[in-house]
Amino acid sequence: MMRIQARTQPSQLMTFVSPLLAIALTLIFGCILFSALDKNPIEALHVLLITPLSDGYNVGEMLVKMCPLLLCAVGLSLCYRANMWNIGAEGQLLAGALGGSAVALAFGDSTSALALPLTLLAGVASGVAWSAVPTYLKLRFNSNLILTTIMFNYIAFYLLVWAVNGPLRDPDGYGFPESAMFSDQTMLPILVAGTRIHLGILLSLLSAVVAWFILSKTHLGFQVRVFGSDEPAATYAGFSSKKLSWFVMLLAGALAGLAGVCEVTGPIGQLVPNVSPGYGYSAIIVAYLGRLHPLGAIIAAIFLAVLYMGGDLAQIQMNIPTAVIGMFQGVLLFFLLACDFFIRNRLVFTHQATA
Amino acid sequence: MNNTKTAQHISPRLELINISKQYPGCLANDNISLSLMPGEIHALLGENGAGKSTLVKTIYGVVAPDTGQLIWDGKEIEIKSPSTARELGIGMVFQHFSLFETLTVSQNIELCLSKPQLASIGNLAEKIRQLSQEYGLNIDPHRYVHSLSIGERQRVEIMRCLVQSVKLLILDEPTSVLTPQEVSGLFSVLRTLAKEGCSILFISHKLHEVTEICEKATILRGGKVINTCSPADETSHSIAKMMVGDLAEQDAGYSKKEGTEVRFQIHDLSLSTQHPFGTSLKHINLELKAGEILGIAGVAGNGQDELMAIISGEDSRPVNAHLTMKNQPIGNLKTATRRQFGMAYVPEERLGRGAVPDMSLTENTLLTHSQGFIKYGLVQWKQLKDYAKQLISDYSVKCHGEFSEAKSLSGGNLQKFIMGREIGQRPDVLICAHPTWGVDVGAALAIHQALLELRDQGAAILLISEDIDELFLLADRMAAVCDGYLSPIVRTQDTNIDQIGQWMAGTFINNQQHDADMLQETTA
Repeated sequence: MMRIQARTQPSQLMTFVSPLLAIALTLIFGCILFSALDKNPIEALHVLLITPLSDGYNVGEMLVKMCPLLLCAVGLSLCYRANMWNIGAEGQLLAGALGGSAVALAFGDSTSALALPLTLLAGVASGVAWSAVPTYLKLRFNSNLILTTIMFNYIAFYLLVWAVNGPLRDPDGYGFPESAMFSDQTMLPILVAGTRIHLGILLSLLSAVVAWFILSKTHLGFQVRVFGSDEPAATYAGFSSKKLSWFVMLLAGALAGLAGVCEVTGPIGQLVPNVSPGYGYSAIIVAYLGRLHPLGAIIAAIFLAVLYMGGDLAQIQMNIPTAVIGMFQGVLLFFLLACDFFIRNRLVFTHQATA
Repeated sequence: MNNTKTAQHISPRLELINISKQYPGCLANDNISLSLMPGEIHALLGENGAGKSTLVKTIYGVVAPDTGQLIWDGKEIEIKSPSTARELGIGMVFQHFSLFETLTVSQNIELCLSKPQLASIGNLAEKIRQLSQEYGLNIDPHRYVHSLSIGERQRVEIMRCLVQSVKLLILDEPTSVLTPQEVSGLFSVLRTLAKEGCSILFISHKLHEVTEICEKATILRGGKVINTCSPADETSHSIAKMMVGDLAEQDAGYSKKEGTEVRFQIHDLSLSTQHPFGTSLKHINLELKAGEILGIAGVAGNGQDELMAIISGEDSRPVNAHLTMKNQPIGNLKTATRRQFGMAYVPEERLGRGAVPDMSLTENTLLTHSQGFIKYGLVQWKQLKDYAKQLISDYSVKCHGEFSEAKSLSGGNLQKFIMGREIGQRPDVLICAHPTWGVDVGAALAIHQALLELRDQGAAILLISEDIDELFLLADRMAAVCDGYLSPIVRTQDTNIDQIGQWMAGTFINNQQHDADMLQETTA
C-alpha cells in the first residue's frame, strides 16, 4: 500500500533546489529522447544549451528572446503571489503589439521625437486594457480568471490576424498579411552595435529590479505578499483584495503589453501574425522556475531563452524538429511541479496490518 | 513487608517508567514516571510545551518513546498504534472532536469499531441506549451529529470509548468547550466511570476543576515530572506555582472598574448568517464604555464569530447606523479605516489570521501596525525591526529574535506578541476573542495584566471568551450570547456563574420574540 502524506515541515532549502533538480531531470529526459531520435544526446544538449552562449552574437540573440519572457514573467510572478491566476500574458502581449503597431504606423515617416514614446505607451495601454476586462469580470461577477484570461488570448490573436489582413495591412505588400515596416523613428534603439540587443532588454531587467523593490520595500508589496501567503490574515489586517488584485493585474498587463510592443519595434520591425511563439505561456514556466521572485525570474528567463535559441540551432544544425522545445518546456514544468509536490508531500509505504 | 503485599494485591492499571522522547531541538519527555491505579482520576498538569501532549500520545500509541517502559496490568507492553491502544482498552477524547457531522451517532461509533467488536456487541443502537442510561449520558443513537451541541458531541466521543469497554480514559482539556452545567454533568459521568474501576487521565488548564475532581495530579514542567500531589490538599494557587515555577502574582481578585462615557455601541443589529452552519445575529444591543472590560460569555458557535466579523468590518455588509464608535456611525467603514479610527482587534485564530505563519515577527508587526512605519509608501524596515524587538522584550515573547517566523513560536508566545502589537497601537476600542485559549498560566497572567493596564488607561475592551472563569476574573460587566441573541448586560459583582451559565444555555431568550424571529427568517 502506498499513500501520500503531507510533510509537517517542508524543507526551505529544497524550495530553491527544486528548480535545479527539475532541470537535471529534464536533461536526463532529453538524453533519452535524443537517443530515441537517433541523435547523439551529448551533441544535441551541447547545441541546445551551450552553443546559444558561445559567442557575442548568439548571446545577443538569446537576450532578444529573454526580453519578452522576462517582462511577462515579472508581472505573472506578482499576480501569482497575490493568488490571481492570470494565464493571459500571451493575449496582453499580442494586444500590446497590436496597439503599439497601430500608433507606430500612424506616425508613418514622421520624425517627431514623440513617435517612439507614444508607440511604447500605446503598447502598454493596450496590455493594461486587455488585462483590465478579465480583472473586472472576476471582481464584479466572480468569474474564473483562468478561463477569461485564456479566452482573451484567443480574442487578441484573432484581432491581430484581422488587423494585419485589414486596416493595418501594408498596401504595397502584395496582399501578405503583414504591416508596412516601421520607420526608424519608431524603432527601439540598438544598444550594442552589431547585435540586436535593444532598449527593451534593459527595460525588462529594470522591470525585474523594480518589481523586487516593490515587493520587498513598499507597503503595497508587503500587502501582496501577505495576500498570497495567508489570505485570512490579509482580510484581518484590512488589506483591500480588490485594490491588490487591480494592482497586480494591471501591472502584469502593462509589462506584457510592453513586451509585445518591444517585439514589434525591436527585432521584428513590423506587425506580423506570429509576433510571439508563445512567450506569454512560457513566461508561466519562467515565473515558477524563478520561484515567483522577480530576480529569480531573470535567471529562469535566460534559461528558457537559451532553450528557444538552442531549439532553432538544433533544427538548423542537427535536423531536430523545433517541437522538441515545446516538449522540453512541458517536461520541465512537469518535473518542477512534481519536485514542488514532493517538497510538500511524501510517499509512505504502509504494510496492511493483519487484524 | 505489609506494604509490598497490598501493593501486589492491587497492581496499577498503567505504569510508565522513565519515558523519554527527544524531538529535534527539544526534549519533550525527560524520564517521566507515572502510575495510575484502577478507578483513579489523575490530572496531568503543566504549561504549554511541558510535554503533556507528547506523554498522552505515547500512551495512546501515536508517538513511540525513545526509551522507557510501559507496563499495563503488570505486563510490559509496546503500544504501536492507536488501534493497539484501543484493543487494550485505552480510549481518548481529543480536544478537537473527530465526528462526521452528516452521520448519526451510532454510525459514527460504528466507524471506529473492528468487525469482531461489532459482532460481539450485536445491536449497537441498543448498546448505546443502555450505556447512555447507565452513565446518564443522555444520547440518542439515531440523531445526526450536526444537530448536537458541543457538550453532546463530547458525550458521543466518551460513548465511543465506553462501547469499547474502556479501562483507561484520556481526556484532553475536556471542559474548555462546555457550559458550567455541562461541566458538572461531565464530572458526574467521570465519577461513575471511576467508581467502576476505569482509570481516568485528565488534562486541564483549569486548576479549580482539578482540585474538584482529581485524586492525584502529576505536574510537568519542561518535560520533567516536577511534583506529584493530591489536589485536595492543595490550593489552585499552590498548584499554579508548581506549574510555572516562580509565579510573580496570581491574584484572583483584580479590581473592578466602572466605565465612563460610551465609546462603542451596537443598536438593534440583526443580520442573517452567510454560512450554512453559521448563526444569525438577532436584535443585538450593546454599549461599551471607556475604561471598562465588557465580557461576553457563550459556547462556541452561538454567534460570536459573526459578531466579531461585523464589528471588525471583515463582514463588509453595510450596517451603517447600527454600529457607532465615538458617536460616529462606523457600520459602512472598511476594516482598515476602522483601525485608523482607533479600533484594534485580536482574533481567535492566532496562526493564519492574527499572524502570517511564514513571515517574521517584524513583518507580522506591520500586518496591522503600519502607522508611523510607512514613508512615501516605503516600509521603514529599520524602525519596524527595532519596534518589533521592543515588543518582544516588553511582552517577554520567547523566540530567537524579531526575524523568527511566526509559526516557530508556541501558541502562548505568539498570542503575547499579537496582544502586544494590538495594544501598542493605543486603541480606543479593543475587540479581543479568546485571548488566553490554550495559553499556559504564565502567559495568561501576562495577557491579563496587559488587558487590565489598557483598561486603566481608558480604553474600552470587548472580551469574547468561552472561559467563564477568565470572564469573571477580568470583566467589569458581563453578558452571554446564545443562538445569536445577546443577554442583558450586568455588572460582574451582581451576577454569578449559575446565572451566566443559564444565559449561555439561552434562558433569557423571550419565547414570543424568538418565534417571531423564526417566522421572519423562514419567510424572508
